[in-house]
Amino acid sequence: MKRLDYNSPEIARKLIDEIYSSSHRDISIMEFCGTHTHSIFKFGIRELLPKNINMLSGPGCPVCVTDNSDIDYCIALSSIPNVIITTFGDMVRVPGSVKSLQEVKAEGADIRIVYSSMDAINIARENPGKKVVFLGVGFETTAPTVASSIIEADRNNIDNYFVYSMHKLTPPAMEAILNLGEVRLNGILGPGHVSTVIGWKVWEFVPLRYKLPVVVAGFDAVDILLGILNIVKQCNEDKQEVVNTYTRAVKPYGNSYALELIDEVFEKDDTSWRGLGNLPQSGLRIKDKYKRFDAKLQFPIEVPFKPKPKACRCDEVIRGVVSPLECPLFGTVCNPDHPIGPCMVSSEGTCSAYYLYGGK
Amino acid sequence: MSQILLSYGSGGKLTHQLIREIFIRYFDNPILSQMNDSAVFSINGKVAFTTDSYTVTPIFFPGGDIGELAINGTVNDLSMMGAKPMYISIGFIIEEGFSIEDLERIAMSIKKASREAGVEVVTGDTKVVEKGKADKLFINTSGIGIIPEGVDIRGNNAIPGDVVIVSGTIGDHGIAILSQRKDLHFSVEIKSDTAPLNRMVEEMIKVADIHVLRDPTRGGLATTLNEIAQSSDVGIEIYESEIPISPPVENACNLLGLDPLYIANEGKLIAIAPKDKASKLLEVMHKFPYGKEAKIIGEVTQEHPDIVVLHTRFGSHRILDMLSGDPLPRIC
Repeated sequence: MKRLDYNSPEIARKLIDEIYSSSHRDISIMEFCGTHTHSIFKFGIRELLPKNINMLSGPGCPVCVTDNSDIDYCIALSSIPNVIITTFGDMVRVPGSVKSLQEVKAEGADIRIVYSSMDAINIARENPGKKVVFLGVGFETTAPTVASSIIEADRNNIDNYFVYSMHKLTPPAMEAILNLGEVRLNGILGPGHVSTVIGWKVWEFVPLRYKLPVVVAGFDAVDILLGILNIVKQCNEDKQEVVNTYTRAVKPYGNSYALELIDEVFEKDDTSWRGLGNLPQSGLRIKDKYKRFDAKLQFPIEVPFKPKPKACRCDEVIRGVVSPLECPLFGTVCNPDHPIGPCMVSSEGTCSAYYLYGGK
Repeated sequence: MSQILLSYGSGGKLTHQLIREIFIRYFDNPILSQMNDSAVFSINGKVAFTTDSYTVTPIFFPGGDIGELAINGTVNDLSMMGAKPMYISIGFIIEEGFSIEDLERIAMSIKKASREAGVEVVTGDTKVVEKGKADKLFINTSGIGIIPEGVDIRGNNAIPGDVVIVSGTIGDHGIAILSQRKDLHFSVEIKSDTAPLNRMVEEMIKVADIHVLRDPTRGGLATTLNEIAQSSDVGIEIYESEIPISPPVENACNLLGLDPLYIANEGKLIAIAPKDKASKLLEVMHKFPYGKEAKIIGEVTQEHPDIVVLHTRFGSHRILDMLSGDPLPRIC
């Protein structure tokens, strides 16, 4: 069987034609995942869709939903003598209440950008006299590798490795947005990467409780168009089902090995989301069994509450309530070189997608 | 002695030994061997003069090393003004403890690159700094070239109706450097495209009145096109389907979430020239190893001045902005 070319302009054209001929009324679709937002902009998909299909961007950007107090905590951590902070690149540029990690790095804090938590483990091995903290940011997609780094540290008695877990779970965020009911939606483009881990069946609560179709889609142009077409068709037929169009990666029950890793190391806990507030059972904290690796317990620092920059509308952008264009700071004071809010920083942030791909 | 000590940079006997045994040995030419405080030579005509510093890490990478890069980079900066590169100065800042064997390897590749480009290293300097005060080796090169009579190539010369030509696949250098980071666990070897473009440029300017020549280094193709659009106050339209990108670079970019249009090149050029000269130019470029994949990728327009618009392969458009933000490792 010949593999479908998910970047084929011809197939994309056919799907667009089909979307046009199937689309008879105004519908709003939320792409939950930040990588979808970026792909949609990169491929110019909004321009290719009929005017009556409105694409809204959701909260699917881990750095964006990280609470201000967590960023402030990470910055406070970096000032402890003999601490090396290891983190993904996006995090260093996110402004905290006063400074970003990038700024404290320039002032002399030891902050190193890594591509995976396994690299952080290696830094811990190479620096036995230092305490190495990995900033665990991400959804269900990154949690398994962070879990396995903790298991690795445990097996090898690497006692100078710690994780500050800010991991978050996507279904509670989806639920929170739908409960808020601030945006009128007709369907949801489900997160492809997250669903490879948790499976597509997890999303069945959406059609059941909120009467909305969910299509779990991949990230190439053809993937996204297939997803949108399926939502349009379900709307036409008044159907609400979870459909998986990303079958080459997503299974009904996800990746059991990854899920077991998460379950071995983490347990659910309430956590604060930027834009959504404190959501019950929506975060992952390190289980007692591995508490010696938990930076929260090993470095108890009280971070004073500081208000966020007033004019920044990241909170509402995260919920899909406003587009970045409605933020007074967008493109002027706030741009990728001088981000005010996290949505302008991350490669998955909605503001960054709007800015980079000329939505401005 | 197998490594550079602080005393190699003191200006005393060891400095002289280093200069004699490595630099003079490899770069020898009548001007340099006089060992005066300055190189002295006569030059006629309009002169182009440029400088650049090289801090790339790792210093040896697939397809080249910091020495070759330091020559090619300065040769190309001169070539982009239509100048024929002539003389190069070279300054080394070496971290204490650096391997002399590696320094010799780099000197050899500087020699090889200079010979290929037809330039001479006529003056130089060496400093050694304490361990930790520099990362292995930094190199600065400056260069002087002569601009032939009648040649006027500048960033603000693009005019509507011109075509945009790129000399080959883009993104190779930046991805080659990234692929060497052990934490990225790459299995495919992608080679840097570092190359001197002067010989090809010499022939190109003979067949066409080229308006703009630029080498899309840091910031990549997209950033360089923006610079041209802004300084010439014109719009530029680019067709995604026409941009040459090698499949390994494209795959690596997909994997790392990078856009090849923003990735550095070290052996590519963008030429903006009148449309009626395009086929002649391409014919010349295709004869050179560094231009055999040259292609027209777009055109200059009077619409949307200062803005570069990309026509995606799906028929949509988007603004191609300058690179912003991204903390990428040291690539050049």
